[in-house]
Amino acid sequence: MPAALEAVNVVKRYPRVTALDGVSLRVDEGEFFGLLGPNGAGKTTLISIVAGLTRATSGGASVLGHDVVTDYREARRRIGVVPQELVFDPFFSVRETLRFQSGYFGLTHNDDWIDEVMANLDLTAKADANMRTLSGGMKRRVLVAQALVHRPPVIVLDEPTAGVDVELRQGLWAFIRRLNRDGHTIVLTTHYLEEAQQLCARIGMLRGGRLIALDSTQALLARLADVQVTLRLRGELPAALRARAVEQGDGRWRLRVDSAAEVEGVLAACREAGSPIDEVEVGHADLEDVFVQMMGADREKVAA
Amino acid sequence: MSRADAAADGRRPGEGRGQVAATGELGPRPSVGFRTLLAKEVLRFWKVSFQTVAAPVLTGVLYLLVFGHVLEDRVEVFPGVGYTAFLIPGLVMMSLLQNAFANSSSSLIQSKITGNLVFVLLPPISNGEFFTAYVAGAMIRGIVVGLGVFAVTAWFAPPPVRAPLWIGVFALLGAALLGVLGLIAGIVSEKFDQLAAFQNFVIMPATFLSGVFYSVHGLPPFWQSVSHLNPFFYMIDGFRYGFFAVSDASPWLSLAVVLAALAAASTIALAMLARGYKIRS
Repeated sequence: MPAALEAVNVVKRYPRVTALDGVSLRVDEGEFFGLLGPNGAGKTTLISIVAGLTRATSGGASVLGHDVVTDYREARRRIGVVPQELVFDPFFSVRETLRFQSGYFGLTHNDDWIDEVMANLDLTAKADANMRTLSGGMKRRVLVAQALVHRPPVIVLDEPTAGVDVELRQGLWAFIRRLNRDGHTIVLTTHYLEEAQQLCARIGMLRGGRLIALDSTQALLARLADVQVTLRLRGELPAALRARAVEQGDGRWRLRVDSAAEVEGVLAACREAGSPIDEVEVGHADLEDVFVQMMGADREKVAA
Repeated sequence: MSRADAAADGRRPGEGRGQVAATGELGPRPSVGFRTLLAKEVLRFWKVSFQTVAAPVLTGVLYLLVFGHVLEDRVEVFPGVGYTAFLIPGLVMMSLLQNAFANSSSSLIQSKITGNLVFVLLPPISNGEFFTAYVAGAMIRGIVVGLGVFAVTAWFAPPPVRAPLWIGVFALLGAALLGVLGLIAGIVSEKFDQLAAFQNFVIMPATFLSGVFYSVHGLPPFWQSVSHLNPFFYMIDGFRYGFFAVSDASPWLSLAVVLAALAAASTIALAMLARGYKIRS
């Protein structure tokens, strides 16, 4: 079975920067995949290459087995991309925009589906409004609708919730989740790590044009000790605990422990050191911790 | 058929609504993608036709009123042809050429700058379809404006129509050439002022110095030979031949020059698109 998306050793060099430095990645059909990384990591460049918007310097990419350069028609028919920038054509209404987009994909008589997509994205009331008159959130919805007019089996969303209010974000995710359940492959980039943790079953992390982590969300979280303790102390943190603690300010310390049983030992050490504990909070590591650790670890490696 | 294939064919997994039409290379029947892009290009200028059609028609009429009035009694370019009648085909062709150029170039640069070109780059539209749709859209705008200028100016001094076939041939080829040049300018330019420079320093001088307002026979020999290096001269001269059956150059020579220029410009534009130059960089 061909991969929904596949990138093989993709390199993209610009005159002054190397945006992608040999990225290989495979996303299977039906996956909900997250692509994470700081700004400038190469996420958008990778998406642009897969979507045929940018040509790779070397290496190749395919969508459901169709090469994005040599077999671009078949590849592009199978992928829908929601671009990061809030772009629109100011000459047309929402419905005209969606009809044109259908036509570009070779579809005629697509109004039933256009109506359904608009209804799902709460755009029906704005169907005949000019794009210029829409709010940012509404324009974002139209971008999502445009990516779906040709019912692509693979849907790529590049920062779809940047600058979007909570209500739309939740509505959008409910809709995308449903598409995923219906069999669509979803690839997502986002700055909201909480979103990625909730939605994506597998995650790839890019940094400086390289893929530095690629694993299931569960496995990534398990890489970190799965329990975190946050303490507020009136005194000093015992020296023995310093190595695995991060100071949070205001007398707060965050420690990683391997199991809940170990929490007892930490508390005892503080009491013995004569540092009364004002607050204790026990929680699980989240994707943000993993992300910070991955990006930091890689930086150390580069520095070394 | 897998679920993915069903969806790719325009159907949602497990459902059969929506129709997909053949989207092959530009064959005997233009693809839906091409036709949609062309329709978008035409609707784009038509929605603001006051600015894109009415304004250039008014400009053409103003030229005719001013130059025609001042020069009517002083200049007889060809025997038996009054200056105003002589001027009309030149103005029609100048408006047609400038508007064809303006359409493809401004459409492309606007889409590039606002970023909405991505909507045309994501779908399975070939370079040939992209090229043809933008050029055809430019031709339609140029010809609509040309017809408008003709309809209004001919009312003042109806010129004869001696060889209508040449009129049609040069109108179509001139519009196509300027549409292609507009496409190239739109691809190369990254900002509006770069495009404006192309328009002000290349297109405007070339159209003005091509014999719109005079016969190059009236020029000193040096400027006559300079004019003969300007492809715009041949477009306007050939177009004018269709009205008066008299011209500075043979219409066959003009046809050859315009076809060669069109072929050269199209080759450059298509090569840029094939390389993804500044569009799929």
